[in-house]
Amino acid sequence: MKNILQSIYSYLDSRFMLSGLIQFAKKKKVPEHKHSFWYYFGGICLFLFILQVLTGILLLLYYSPSVNSAHESIIFIMSQVKFGWLMRSVHSWSANILIAAIFIHMFSSFFLKAYRSPRELTWITGFFLLLVFLAFGFSGYLLPWNELSFFATRVGTDIAGTLPLIGKHIKTFILGGTDVTGATISRFFWLHIGILPLLTVMILGIHVLLVQTLGMSKPIGIPENKVKEVPFFPNFILKDSLGWMLMLAIIGVLCVFFPWEIGQKADPFAATPIGIKPEWYFCFMFSTLKIIPAHIFSIEGEMIALFGFMIGGLLWMLVPFLDRNAAKERRSPFFSVMGWIVLLYIVVMTAVTYLLPGL
Amino acid sequence: MKARKMRKIINLLSIFFLAISIFSLSLYAQKNYCIECHQELEDELLAPVETFEKDIHQQFGLSCADCHGGNPAEEDIDLAKDKSFKGSPKRSQIPEFCASCHSDSSYMRRFNPSIRVDQLDIYWTSEHGQLLKKGDTKVALCTDCHAAHGIQTSTHPKSWTFPWNIPQTCSRCHSDKDYMKDYKIPTKQWDDYKESVHAHALFEKKDLSAPVCNDCHGNHGATPPEITSIAFVCRQCHPSAGELFSQSPHKEVYDEMGISECEACHGNHKILPPSDEMLGTGEKAVCIQCHEPDSEPYQIASQMKEKLDAFIKKIRHAENLLEQADRQGVEVSEPKFRLTEANTILIMVRNLTHSLSLVEIEEKIEEGKKVVAEVTSAGEAALREAKFRKKGLIIATCFIFLLSIALFLKIKQITKKTPYKSA
Repeated sequence: MKNILQSIYSYLDSRFMLSGLIQFAKKKKVPEHKHSFWYYFGGICLFLFILQVLTGILLLLYYSPSVNSAHESIIFIMSQVKFGWLMRSVHSWSANILIAAIFIHMFSSFFLKAYRSPRELTWITGFFLLLVFLAFGFSGYLLPWNELSFFATRVGTDIAGTLPLIGKHIKTFILGGTDVTGATISRFFWLHIGILPLLTVMILGIHVLLVQTLGMSKPIGIPENKVKEVPFFPNFILKDSLGWMLMLAIIGVLCVFFPWEIGQKADPFAATPIGIKPEWYFCFMFSTLKIIPAHIFSIEGEMIALFGFMIGGLLWMLVPFLDRNAAKERRSPFFSVMGWIVLLYIVVMTAVTYLLPGL
Repeated sequence: MKARKMRKIINLLSIFFLAISIFSLSLYAQKNYCIECHQELEDELLAPVETFEKDIHQQFGLSCADCHGGNPAEEDIDLAKDKSFKGSPKRSQIPEFCASCHSDSSYMRRFNPSIRVDQLDIYWTSEHGQLLKKGDTKVALCTDCHAAHGIQTSTHPKSWTFPWNIPQTCSRCHSDKDYMKDYKIPTKQWDDYKESVHAHALFEKKDLSAPVCNDCHGNHGATPPEITSIAFVCRQCHPSAGELFSQSPHKEVYDEMGISECEACHGNHKILPPSDEMLGTGEKAVCIQCHEPDSEPYQIASQMKEKLDAFIKKIRHAENLLEQADRQGVEVSEPKFRLTEANTILIMVRNLTHSLSLVEIEEKIEEGKKVVAEVTSAGEAALREAKFRKKGLIIATCFIFLLSIALFLKIKQITKKTPYKSA
């Protein structure tokens, strides 16, 4: 038996260079210190993404992306398919928790200045992953074709349509027409299950490869005698697994007690329901667009806000190149304060959407 | 050169004076001295001017003189009241006064080719018209329901004759005890109507098809409705109940005894939403108004109520199961939709009570029970599913918990050995 296993290993090793990988894993060390807790959110994001892929594939077996059958197929999955309710609820809950985990992972990396050289590209790929997962959320939200998702998509794409010159073209391209129709659901479906997963695999591959080759960063200013170096395997992996187990238990409880709702089937001819709002992760932008004056210096307020978000996003992505102090292993309180302001803004504006819906 | 300039100035001045003269003349011609003078007056002499602006007659280009005669272009009151002046008609003359135009089909066709011109003829057949002929001028005349000035078409929501204003229009006289005391008829119709299911439909739901006074009593030919005609009025909206009633043993008996059909059980002005309590032998049941205990109809009424109650109980039980399952997160929209079929059958059963046919009611209830049984079974399955999910969650959580403890212990064991890096 041992000989058979050894010969299989040798066969695979000669083709996949497994011994090199095993040696790398054995030698790989991970710094451990008082802020190590935040490292585990990267692993949680990966775990949730795997859950998304698995449950997404299972949902694909029954989901039908058309105006006449999308909502019905979701009802069928939730009521008739064995464990269909579980698959859909895990998919929806883990998608939302994943975006929350990405935000936590991003802000913890920001405050620990993990973006500093040589990990600039790790930060940038992470930023792109955030955008990709927001696109996942936006496209996936419409797929059940319910009242809320229909009108939220209409409102969301209307905002994109306000961009000067290219706005209308972008809106038409996203919707496949001038309004949310069967063409939109078809486009969103292929974006959700084809293009975005492909992009994710590519960017996530680079991101993980960079994390593995460059290792995890140590925060600035922590004395060496307060840092342990623990083996990546098995120590870090086991702790990561503990986080994954905890996440799985939380998702299980949420799915059983709060299964993801189906909602009323979308009626394109109905009036927009009062208090319509996008998914929670877009709410800070939504509230900003609501409270910004209609015109600022005779320029449309919405346009200014959109440009503000675009420039803000660009600056956020380029932080590794802007924060020169961190690059030189020096503290950079200015960037920390800016980070707190951004975080506070996102939290407050999100809360505003829910607490002051009539704003 | 000078002469040329002078000619130009003279020409310009001529044009200017000509324009001024035409403008003044046009102003003079447009002036209606009836309105000019009455605007300066008070109370009832001012009122016509205040309300005439929104009057349908004004909108069709008619003015004071078209009804009252006279010459509105004359500023002098004596000259204005020329030979053609009719003034205000006496109350007793009002129907003919209005009918002088409204009964003239060739005249009315100029303004509205589809308008009826038989209002006066019908009015004389009404209770109001009959009494007026006898010299009673307190009765309702055209102006009492349509106003004298400020008249609007019955399709205008602010018109006194628009459906949701008609009950108030009639009640202005019919709810006035002093005004009505000579006629010895009830005056609480408006109070009763306000509580009715029809008033709710009209005022709350803004359902303009809900019946108001004129739907049962007529409008220009308003009279207390005949016993048989009430049933025909009700049948206009409730044909199925009417048809079933006509097939029932009640029909013949009611006709013989001169009892009005629907009104006998449902009342007239105060028609409340029908309830299941009206059926059977309970305190609120209408059957016991006529049927003695131990009589056969009494027994049938009792059985109908029992069967109806049992069916309703089954529906409520199924509803309750679905609600429980829904609260526990199990998808039950399909059985909920199926339950609407049972509720439709319940409505049909309630309607069938008008036929008094216990056999037909039983058959319909049996049909409904099959649907309810399916829904109940789906509801029970959904509750079992909810229990299964919770059990599954407990087992899975225990497994994850044990695995997590094992992982935690292993992590503790291996991290003890790891030293801090030396400074």
